[in-house]
Amino acid sequence: MSGIPHDHYEPKTGAEKWLHSRLPIVGLLYDTIMIPTPKNLNWMWIWGIILTFCLALQIVTGIVLVMHYTPHVSLAFASVEHIMRDVNGGHMLRYLHANGASLFFVAVYLHIFRGLYYGSYKAPREITWIIGMLIYLCMMGTAFMGYVLPWGQMSFWGATVITGLFGAIPFIGEPIQTWLLGGPAVDNATLNRFFSLHYLLPFVIAALVAVHIWAFHTTGNNNPAGVDVRRGSKEEAKKDTVPFWPYFVIKDVFALAVVLLVFFAVVGFMPNYLGHPDNYIEANPLATPAHIVPEWYFLPFYAILRAFTGDVWVVMFASWITGGIVDAKFFGVLAMFGAIAVMALAPWLDTSRVRSGRYRPMFKWWFWLLAVDFMVLMWAGAMPAEPPYSTISLIGATYWFAYFLVILPLLGVIEKPTAAPATIEEDFNDHYGKPAE
Amino acid sequence: MLKKLAITAVAALTLSAGSTLAAGASGHIHDVDFSFEGPFGKFDQMQLQRGLQVYTEVCAACHGMKFVPIRTLSDEGGPQLPEDQVRAYAAQFDIYDAELDDTRPRTPADKFPAGGDPKAPDLSLMAKARAGFHGPYGSGMSQLFNGIGGPEYIVSILTGYTGEEKEEAGTTFYANTAFPGGWIAMPPPLSGEDVEFADGHSNELHHEAEDLAAFLMWAAEPKMMARQHAGFVAVLMLTILSVLLYLTNKRIWAPVKKAAKKA
Repeated sequence: MSGIPHDHYEPKTGAEKWLHSRLPIVGLLYDTIMIPTPKNLNWMWIWGIILTFCLALQIVTGIVLVMHYTPHVSLAFASVEHIMRDVNGGHMLRYLHANGASLFFVAVYLHIFRGLYYGSYKAPREITWIIGMLIYLCMMGTAFMGYVLPWGQMSFWGATVITGLFGAIPFIGEPIQTWLLGGPAVDNATLNRFFSLHYLLPFVIAALVAVHIWAFHTTGNNNPAGVDVRRGSKEEAKKDTVPFWPYFVIKDVFALAVVLLVFFAVVGFMPNYLGHPDNYIEANPLATPAHIVPEWYFLPFYAILRAFTGDVWVVMFASWITGGIVDAKFFGVLAMFGAIAVMALAPWLDTSRVRSGRYRPMFKWWFWLLAVDFMVLMWAGAMPAEPPYSTISLIGATYWFAYFLVILPLLGVIEKPTAAPATIEEDFNDHYGKPAE
Repeated sequence: MLKKLAITAVAALTLSAGSTLAAGASGHIHDVDFSFEGPFGKFDQMQLQRGLQVYTEVCAACHGMKFVPIRTLSDEGGPQLPEDQVRAYAAQFDIYDAELDDTRPRTPADKFPAGGDPKAPDLSLMAKARAGFHGPYGSGMSQLFNGIGGPEYIVSILTGYTGEEKEEAGTTFYANTAFPGGWIAMPPPLSGEDVEFADGHSNELHHEAEDLAAFLMWAAEPKMMARQHAGFVAVLMLTILSVLLYLTNKRIWAPVKKAAKKA
C-alpha cells in the first residue's frame, strides 16, 4: 500500500498462509501498523490520533445516549434531563459527549494549522488535504445538528439562524430552507431529520477518515523538514524512518493520555464552561434570546458571515454588478463558505516550492498572523454585531481571504527560502546530535 | 513539549471565549463563596435543607421544578432527607393520574409540581441557565476562577431590589441592580425573616438567598459531587498513566536518538 519500501508481512504457518491466500487482512493490518514513518515528526503530529480517538468517543457515547433520548419537540428536553438525573452514569456520558465535541474541534483546528504551517497540503498530498476538508465540513454539520437535539433555546434559535442562511440563496433559497427544515419553521420534522443525520454523519466521517489515512499512507507522512523520505532502497528509507509501531504508537498514546488528563479535568470540574447557559432553557419559539451565539468552534466563520454588511463597498459592488441578486445576506453566506473553500484550495494557491514553513522566513510571519486572525475572529464572532466588533470582523475576514488568495500565491514568487536539510536523517541528527542536549 | 502543551491549553481556553457570552447589559453580580465550588467542593446538606424550605414556602407559590424527581431529596450528596420525610413531603402535593382519572397525593417517584404562574419560569435548571460572570471583555475567562456564576446570579437578584417600582402597560416592574436592564417583573420574593429555620440558622435576607441558591444549584446539577469525584479519579489515573507512558516512550526512542548523536 505504501510507496516507501519496507518489509511486508510474510505468512509463515500453514494457517496463516491459508488465510492470506484467501483474505490478506493480517497483511493489511501489518503494513498499516508497521508503516515507515519519518522519524523527525514533532509533537504537532499527535493530533491525528487524538482525532481518531474523539470520533470513537463520540460514536460510543452517542450510541448509548440515543438509547435514552427521545427526538420529539415536547419530550427531547425532558429526556435529556432524564439522562442527567435517572440514567446510571448518564450525566457523565452526556458531558463526555458534549465536551468531546469541543475536544474534537480543538484537535481538528490544531491539526489543520499544523498542515498549513508545514505545507502538508502540497503535492503529493492534495487528496489527503481535500478529504480532510470534507471531514471538517461533515464534522461541522454533525456538531451543528447535535447541538439542536437537546432542544434548548440555543438549539432552536441556532437552527433557525443557520438554516436561514440557506434561505439567503437567490431564487431557490426558500424552497431549500423549507426542504431542510421539513416545514416553514424549525419544528418536530426538523428535530427528527437532524437526529437521523446526526447519527448517520459520524459513520460517513469514519469512512472518510479511512480514505484520509489511505491517502497519506500512500504518499507517506509529511514531516517538519518537509523533505521526502528517500525511496531508493529499503536501507535508504530506513535511515529516514522508523516503523509506526512501537515508536509513534507509544508517543501518540502518551500524548493522548496527557490530552485526556486535561479533558477529564474539564468534564469533571467545569463541564458547562464551553456551553451556553441559555441551552438549559427549553426551546420556546415565542421568546428570542438576547444574543444568538453558536458554539465556540463556529465563531470564526460566524464572524466572517456577519462581517460583510450592506455598507461595505465590496458588498455594494457585488449587489450593483449582479443587479441586486447578491445582497448583503447572501454575500455573507458566500463569504462564510468561501472562507473554507479558499482553505481547501491552498494546495493550488501556494506557489512556493518549499513545503515546510520552517524554511520560509516571510511565510512564517504571515502564517502566525493568520493564527492570531483566527483567534480574533473567534472572539469577534461572540460579540454583538455592532461597532467596533463589526469593523474588527471585517478586517479579520479580509485578512483570511488575503492570506489564501494574495499572500500565498505572491510569497512563492518573492520569498527567498532558507536552506532545508537534504534528508530527514540529517534533520533528525541535527536536532538530536547536538552535544548540549 | 511542555511548551506545546501549554500553548494547547491556552488555545483551548481562549477558544472557549465566545460561548460564555450572554445578555449584553448585565447587572451587577457579586461573588459568593459557596461550599460546593472548586474541584473538591461539597454541597452543605443542612444548607440544602434550608434552601428546600425557602423554595417550598416562598418560591413554590409561583414557580415549579417539573424536571426534579422528589425521591432525589433523599439521595446521598443532596439534602439527604430521611425517606419517610420525603414521602410526607411528596404527599403535600396532588397530581392528576391518568390511570385513576383522578388526582392523588404525589409519591417520591413523582416530580416536583410545575409552577402555577405561567409567567414564572421553571426553576429546575435555573442555576445552570444563567451566567453570573462574563468578563473580561466578554471572553468568559473569569468563569475559570469564579465559576459560571448561576447561583451568584440568583443571590444577586434576590438581594438586588432597590425598592423602586414603575408601571408599564399595566405591569409593575421592580428596580433590581442584578437584572439585565435594571427592571424585573418579579416582585421582591424575600425580605428577610420569611421562614423560620428548624436548625436555628439566621434567616436574614442574604442567608435565605444563599441557602436557596445552593438548593437550586443542587436541583440543577444533582450529580455534581459524583461527577467531581469521577473527574478526580480520572485525572489521578491519567497522571500515573502519562508518567508511565512518558518513561516508556523515552526508553523506546533512546537507541534511535543515541544513534543520531553518534552520527
